[in-house]
Amino acid sequence: MILDVQNLRVEFPTRRGTLTALDGVSFSIAPGEVLGVVGESGAGKSITGMALIRLLEPPGRIAGGEVMLEGRRIDNLPHEEMRKLRGRKIGVIFQDPLTSLNPLYTIGRQLEETILTHLPMGKSEARSRALSLLREVGIPAPEARYEHYPHQFSGGMRQRVVIALALAAEPKLLIADEPTTALDVSIQAQIIALLKRIARDRGAAVMLITHDMGVIAETAQRVAVMYAGRIIEIGAAQDVIHAPKHPYTVGLMGSIPRISAQKHRLVQIEGAMPRLNAIPPGCPFNPRCPHRFDRCVVERPDLLPAGSSRAACWLHAAA
Amino acid sequence: MPLLELDGVSRDFDVSRPWLNRVIEREPRRHLRAVDRVSFAIEKGETLALVGESGCGKSTVARLIVGLYPPTEGGIAFAGRRMQMIFQDPYASLNPRWRVRDIVAEPIRFLGTSQKVDALLRQVGLSPDDGEKYPHEFSGGQRQRISIARALAGEPDFLVCDEPTSALDVSVQAQILNLMLDLQARLALTYLFISHNLAVVSQVADRVGVMYAGRIVELARSAQIFSRPRHPYTRMLLDAVPDLSRSGRARTAVAGEVPNPLALPTGCAFHPRCPYANERCRNETPPLEDGVACHAVREKRI
Repeated sequence: MILDVQNLRVEFPTRRGTLTALDGVSFSIAPGEVLGVVGESGAGKSITGMALIRLLEPPGRIAGGEVMLEGRRIDNLPHEEMRKLRGRKIGVIFQDPLTSLNPLYTIGRQLEETILTHLPMGKSEARSRALSLLREVGIPAPEARYEHYPHQFSGGMRQRVVIALALAAEPKLLIADEPTTALDVSIQAQIIALLKRIARDRGAAVMLITHDMGVIAETAQRVAVMYAGRIIEIGAAQDVIHAPKHPYTVGLMGSIPRISAQKHRLVQIEGAMPRLNAIPPGCPFNPRCPHRFDRCVVERPDLLPAGSSRAACWLHAAA
Repeated sequence: MPLLELDGVSRDFDVSRPWLNRVIEREPRRHLRAVDRVSFAIEKGETLALVGESGCGKSTVARLIVGLYPPTEGGIAFAGRRMQMIFQDPYASLNPRWRVRDIVAEPIRFLGTSQKVDALLRQVGLSPDDGEKYPHEFSGGQRQRISIARALAGEPDFLVCDEPTSALDVSVQAQILNLMLDLQARLALTYLFISHNLAVVSQVADRVGVMYAGRIVELARSAQIFSRPRHPYTRMLLDAVPDLSRSGRARTAVAGEVPNPLALPTGCAFHPRCPYANERCRNETPPLEDGVACHAVREKRI
């Protein structure tokens, strides 16, 4: 396993009490594997990614659990060591490529700088590596684009540059937070194909955070579904998508519009996800759940085996 | 007679540099044609959807119809009673300093009836008590319900919806789309539905217009567009949609990107990305005939 997360807990202390943004999150990613993390806004997907690279917005902090990268514990590393690890061992791709690029430097300079920071290379070596990275992510005529500034690229091309930056130091773990959300569908497909190739060819572990189930279906081998700061279902992508076990996942799958020749109503889950300061006791989904029974209201379910997946739902408790 | 008819509507935007730069650098004025000779009609009670990627001109069409911009060329005829618009971002389109009751009542404030507001709130699945609250107390989906209630206040028969669910989570999106379908059935509404999401469009539209670089390239019944797309761009768009049933399989990689509207390709604007393009496509712009604007389709090459 490249990444192993055990019982991760993230808290935001506020004046009105402590909010628990992540509660007992555990998962792992193998080399060459793409793990999809899905959920609606506020479910804790991005917080999970930010906690792994220790860039939580203050006052957020890791309040418990362990994060292991290649067998080494990284959640308690001093800041300076963590800073070296980011970029070197962990590459990050964010939703908006403009926020990850410096508008005042050419993309060539930004790539070179990243390579020189992390790898023992000379300037000319760094340049040729930068060019080969640009070629690998599919930038046409990299020599000509080398001296261009970020604003001279289109959205899709910019996201490719960001991916090249994230790959600059051969990271073992790639965290991609909504990498295709800001892009048009036709460009999305290109970026997804690129991410898949990177995982396969480089044996990197990819954590793909997205709210788009379609993107997950095409990219990820395994999926973790998050709700109110917890993983409520995790399993092979095929199983979670086609035979979801948690009632929330069932509703989520039903509410996704699909291409159809007929106009019709969608399945809908009533209500909305609870805010962090009002997570109900027991199962956090119980107020919206059509299958709720007594136990759900009082006792919180852990991930239980459900078919070939695992789901945090009392329906799957051994009788 | 259709409820709304667009006849050869175009819209140019002046994107010239400032006067001094133009004089010093001897640059001419520059115009960007965001919408180019678009014609279509919407019948009473139907939903026409416009789809396309960002920058294709679909939102400009919406703004032309509601009169936020005047057209540069062409005419728009509306035979209905009243139209209203629902915007994409339910955070930006509601005044944060107003109570929900006042927001919903704004279009009818001279008629002054609080009972009307209660009924409107109930109609979109909110409770009359919610009228006393402020927008920040609501989630994105509930805010979009407030926008819909406000749009319905003036009893319009035609609603222009510009990406009404794009800012929402899927489960909330399902709630809003279902609400829109219910309201259409109950109030005999006609919708123009603008979206970049083909799957959403396939759930709500009766007819679909596909836009590319300011023009409609295909216009047909929803069932036909989604089962037998004809224009190569429509096919490409449909191939690019992530599909839950195709997990693990590669989608057809799409070549190229949307062209720069300031430097549109000659002839058919799609030709640089089109696998069927030939000499004629590079030189001659295909007109929209029989629901499709494509030389290759017309010549039966595809």
